[in-house]
This record gives sequence, structure tokens and C-alpha cells, in this order.
Amino acid sequence: MVFLFYLLTAIMLISALMVVFSRYPINSVIYLIICFLMVAGHYILLNAQFLAVVHIIVYTGAVMVLFLFVLMLLNLNAKIDTHRSVLIRIAAVVSGGLLFLVLVAALKGSLTAPLSGKFDSSIGLVKNLGMVLYKDFMLPFEMSSVLFLSAMVGALMLSKRQ
Amino acid sequence: MNKISSAIQVIPVEHYLYISLAMFAIGFMGVLFRRNTIIIMMCIELMLTAVNLLLTAFSAYHSDSAGQVFVFFIMLVAAAEVAVGLSILVMMKRKVDSVDIDVLTRLKG
Repeated sequence: MVFLFYLLTAIMLISALMVVFSRYPINSVIYLIICFLMVAGHYILLNAQFLAVVHIIVYTGAVMVLFLFVLMLLNLNAKIDTHRSVLIRIAAVVSGGLLFLVLVAALKGSLTAPLSGKFDSSIGLVKNLGMVLYKDFMLPFEMSSVLFLSAMVGALMLSKRQ
Repeated sequence: MNKISSAIQVIPVEHYLYISLAMFAIGFMGVLFRRNTIIIMMCIELMLTAVNLLLTAFSAYHSDSAGQVFVFFIMLVAAAEVAVGLSILVMMKRKVDSVDIDVLTRLKG
């Protein structure tokens, strides 16, 4: 189990790095799909099956296909992406590393509070989560459908030819 | 089912904190590193996913399902954001024939 956790983590972080550093945009998309599949594996390891399924359907199924379609439609893979200057690239890597360092230093000792005593392993199942979603979070759920409708109309309006 | 959920008992929650922070930092670095707008949007997705992973880990460790509902809503907002962002990208490609983020400085007016 511990081995599986570290394997998933290693593949996830390496493919996340490859998203940033790969030369062709299409390779970035493929690496991002791998990364998201590993995150779905983490969800299953955390016993959040509903989120794992939704993550695969929404991200790997819908969002990544959208990215791939835009890449193909715009023909962005034809030439290699022009990179920034070396100075800016070094600055980006250094500031990313510094952000990681600062966040780790700030949050290192913050998790000393003991976890709640009773442990329920079934909270991530569809039955449980559906009850919570439709009882306690009914209004946000309906509002998100309005958000989706407005996003759809906005995307159509934006991409329409004048 | 019991075998899978035993991961929570053997792995401390700090490890999820560290891998989520690492993934968030990688996404942040990618936003600064690349010029291609579509890859910058992919790095934003990486950052959102890192936050989702941490929320799910805390929710599972504290046996509180509200965190997983929040992850669900973050996924919905991310999907809407990608749809609008990619249509802006398509329009930008059509207008200025480039997806370079530096070209967008003309939006300052």
C-alpha cells in the first residue's frame, strides 16, 4: 500500500514536471492526462470513489479532449514553442522552488492536532456523497448549473465569427 | 474495500500536504516558465488539481464529506473556466494569429 502511494506520487510529479518542460504542446497534454490518472489513483487510495470517477470523466474525458481539439484546430503543434529567455526561465524555476519552500516551512508544524477519533471509510462513496450533495448543498448545486449555462453561452458568444 | 481504505492508516496526512504543495509549485512554475497560453492554462489546471487532492485528503482523514463536495464544485468551476478560456484563446488566435501570452499585453488598451 505504501509502495503504491509512492509509485503514484512519483509518476504524478514527474509527469507534472514534463507538462512544463516538454517541447511540443501535444506531449504536454499527454503528460497532463497521465498526471490526472495518477491523481484519480490517489482518490481511490483515499477511498473517494465518486471523486475518482468524476475526475476521470470530467478532466481526462472532457477537459483534455477540449485541449486536444483546440490544439488540433489551431494547428499549434506545427512549430516548436518559442521559449522565454534563459534568465526568465531560471527566475521561474527559482521562484517556483521558493514558493514550495515557503509553503512547506509555513505548514510544517500546523498538522499536529489529532484527527477525529471515529473513522468512517464510507464517506467517499456515491450513496453518502449524494445524500450530502442533495440535502446540505442543494442551492450551490443548482447555482452551478446556472454557472454552466452562462459559461456555455459565453463560450459560444466569444467564438462566434463577427 | 477495507484493504484500500487502510492507506489512510499507514500514510500520514503530511505526505499528502507535501505532494500537493509540490504539484502546486510545479504549476506555478509552469505559468511563469512558458509563453504558450494553452500550456499556461494546463498549468492552472495542475494547480487546481493539487488543491483538490489536498482537500480530498483532509476530508478523508477527518471523515467529513463536505470537503469532497467542495472538490466536486471546484471541478465544475474548472470545467467552465476551461471552456471560456479556450474560446478566448481561439478568438485570440483568429485576431492576432498567435497564442503567445506576451501578445496579450495590447489588452491594456
